Amino acid sequence: MANVPVHEWTLLEAARKVREKEISSRELTGALLSRIESLDPKVHAYITVLPEAAMAQAAACDGEQAKGTVRGPLHGVPVGLKDIFCTRGVRTTCGSGILGNFEPPYDACVTGKVLAAGAVLLGKHNMDEFAMGSSTETSRFGPTRNPWDLSRIPGGSSGGTAAAVAAAMCFAGVGTDTGGSIRQPASLCGVVGVKPTYGRVSRYGMIAFASSLDQAGPIARTVADAAALLGWIAGYDRRDSTCVDTPVPDYLAAVQRPVKGLRVGLPKEYYEGDGLSREVRAAVEKALKALTDQGAAVVEVSLPHTSFALSTYYLIAPAEASSNLARYDGVRYGYRAGGATGLIEMMSRTRAEGFGEEVKRRIMIGTYALSAGYYDAFYGKAQKVRTLIRADFARAFEAADVLLTPTAPTPAFRLGEKTGDPLTMYLSDIYTIPCNLAGIPGISVPCGLSGSGLPIGAQLLSNHFREETLFTAAGAIERVLPWPRVAPLEG
Amino acid sequence: MAFEAVIGLEVHAQLSTRSKIFCACSAAFGASPNENTCPVCTGMPGVLPVLNRRAVEYTIRTAIATSSTVQRRSVFARKNYFYPDLPKAYQISQYELPIALGGHIDIETGNGPKRIGITRIHMEEDAGKLVHEGEFAGAQASLADLNRCSVPLMEIVSEPDMRTPEEGGAYLRRLHDILVYLGVCDGNMEEGSFRCDANVSVRPAGQESFGTKAELKNMNSFRNVEKALEYEIRRQIERIEDGGKVVQETRLWDANAGVTVAMRRKEEAHDYRYFPDPDLLPLIVDESWVEELRKTIPELPAEKIARLERQYGIPRYDAGILAADRALADFFEASAAIYGGNPKTTANECVHWKDAVFSGALSPETIAHAVEDRERGTISATASKKLVELVLSTGKPFRTLRDEQGLTQVSDASALDVIVEKILAASPKEVESYRGGKVGLLSFFVGQVMRESRGKANPKVVQEVLKRKLG
Repeated sequence: MANVPVHEWTLLEAARKVREKEISSRELTGALLSRIESLDPKVHAYITVLPEAAMAQAAACDGEQAKGTVRGPLHGVPVGLKDIFCTRGVRTTCGSGILGNFEPPYDACVTGKVLAAGAVLLGKHNMDEFAMGSSTETSRFGPTRNPWDLSRIPGGSSGGTAAAVAAAMCFAGVGTDTGGSIRQPASLCGVVGVKPTYGRVSRYGMIAFASSLDQAGPIARTVADAAALLGWIAGYDRRDSTCVDTPVPDYLAAVQRPVKGLRVGLPKEYYEGDGLSREVRAAVEKALKALTDQGAAVVEVSLPHTSFALSTYYLIAPAEASSNLARYDGVRYGYRAGGATGLIEMMSRTRAEGFGEEVKRRIMIGTYALSAGYYDAFYGKAQKVRTLIRADFARAFEAADVLLTPTAPTPAFRLGEKTGDPLTMYLSDIYTIPCNLAGIPGISVPCGLSGSGLPIGAQLLSNHFREETLFTAAGAIERVLPWPRVAPLEG
Repeated sequence: MAFEAVIGLEVHAQLSTRSKIFCACSAAFGASPNENTCPVCTGMPGVLPVLNRRAVEYTIRTAIATSSTVQRRSVFARKNYFYPDLPKAYQISQYELPIALGGHIDIETGNGPKRIGITRIHMEEDAGKLVHEGEFAGAQASLADLNRCSVPLMEIVSEPDMRTPEEGGAYLRRLHDILVYLGVCDGNMEEGSFRCDANVSVRPAGQESFGTKAELKNMNSFRNVEKALEYEIRRQIERIEDGGKVVQETRLWDANAGVTVAMRRKEEAHDYRYFPDPDLLPLIVDESWVEELRKTIPELPAEKIARLERQYGIPRYDAGILAADRALADFFEASAAIYGGNPKTTANECVHWKDAVFSGALSPETIAHAVEDRERGTISATASKKLVELVLSTGKPFRTLRDEQGLTQVSDASALDVIVEKILAASPKEVESYRGGKVGLLSFFVGQVMRESRGKANPKVVQEVLKRKLG
């Protein structure tokens, strides 16, 4: 272990070593900044890197520690945030041209908690524009590449965060997940990604895509790192009315618990389609074996409304987005088109020039779904189906403690492979979307490599506020399946 | 053909909470532009609304005071449209599931009391305002002032139960008085704290179904609402009588020209794409909360009018004038408690001096003393008025001023005897004429006595003494 390079340490190791003064925050931060400097031109995981600010923060951490004070459990440890979390005085773009020059005068709740824990902010991670996408290709700032194979996408929308963590350009990061945007890139980049229960982490200051589905969560290289980080960002926040006031358990303690007697449900609908690749199926079976070898029981469950999830999602999410994104009109902040002669022209041109194609597509779908005369048939109906999907899970969790499924149907695909066909692109979230519709938590944990050396993730789902069960099961899989934690990419 | 008008009113009342409905900014009127704003009410990315509990309580109290049923579950929706004074590009407003349904208030009409139904009460946020080029010095372009954004509003929608502009005016005044009594709205129409839109249609008398309605906007006083309704009813009737048809549209009242002007047709109406706001949970109001708030409801105008009439024996009209303002009615009752000899006079005095009552310059004691001294004949009506004015200008107590100014009148008959005797002795001819039947001369004698007493004699007592001496 002594020869493990600094950047490959886990988040918890790095935190301990700073705390125990084995390394200064400046050395640690400097090491990661030079790693970013050499690798990010290839990967493009960051929209904004903050070398001066990060070094200043690190110096401040070292100074405080010399006087005997530490800020929190992440004192002096460099991390990154998806560029969807508002950071006071630091450009926050959401991957969009319309916010290309936006500097928020406030921190998101997640930003505040990460900083309060003592972390050093290295920069802001690339993402699909307004988190709409599964490949990070819709970013106005150019795509991120998968550190395992630079010709492939890292997944999305939190592709920048997953790639940065996989390439060891930060010890961990926080992403957001509306229909799989944490779990799917985590799976494709071979890292751990957690979508917590809706209401577990405050959405305050997290730029909204689909308010009833959005949830922030950690992306890290180990289950323990992810569990610890979730513990630090979760909890009640009165600024978010949908945030639930319930105690935050010790997630880290759950990672080591035995899985003996744990009932692992296999939702048959998730294994039936022909979209599931043979390699992914085989890898998930290995994850299942890891669990059963340690004493978990297997039950087959049914989620009968699964086939309606994708269309339900593609009505609800765009409908909410069409309203959430209406505020970007060029009047108060962000991009404003020049040369317009009147108000309507200014607003139309600002939005036409500021938004990318996928965002405009979803705004139009959502506007249509909410229109007078169509509301009942589309948005209203989708909400009813959503209730049925939620009921499916409630029934499944009577028989099972945790559900095991693939995270994504295939390993990472090539850049440009699906950009011409939105529907095919949407199918890459087919296993992750129902979880958001039901509001339950999910995790993606690495469970193998494809024949061509691409990571594959297994998804675990549990009942509302049972994140501990996810960490217990994911921890058991991680212990058995050996894993090269950092992508084989050299600067 | 005889026509009948059908009128329904929608009132937007600004709740007088200290902070806005979804953020902690001050909701006060009159701050400099954009002073009362924050990331939440200016619609910055990622921020979220949090409902103001006090605003909910004010609305529930209004529901109770209008006999409406508070709904256990109500939902905030988004009303989507683009406008520079609306930073989120949607207004948060209750839509399908409002906080209260099915109430009523009673009004007085020329034909006696009438009950006006209330369809619903819902909560929403206000928008900002735009200032256009030329409206103030140095304006180069249209500017937005977002101070009003997210100020809490309550919309109260009536049933189409009113038939005349007077009924409309009576409903509005009564509703206004109720809200001000409750302390949930300051009622200031000029500043827009109490705004009214009207739906009006006409139909042949006796017809059951409604005619096509027009919606009237931009009326900023009770009188303007009545005038706009009068104009619009006449316009619609004339239109039908000329063989035309009323079209469904929104019309603006132009107070200067005294006309309503078409603004937009039904076909041009926006599609607001309402849907439940996912950032806010459904509002759950349990019965115990409503009962708790029920205890805070004060005596309301209708009850107060009836009680003042009964308890003080004053005319209903006077009681109505007093009860139109809770502070005035309270002042009256405080005065009547100090001196209860003549409540009618006390009521008149309160109304006469109401500006001073509202400004706090007058104490109930002053009015009580003024009425009592007049009743006892200690001072004249003229002296009373003069003394109250002196109280207002000097701040000294009424009775101190009365004694200092020597404005006490002589009401003691025996003291007046001497003067009367003197006058009669000096005017033998007039005494003879009076006794010969010219009783009109009495006022001549009164005048002489008053002059002799330098105005201090009580004319009523002088008359009595004169009649006795001359009789």
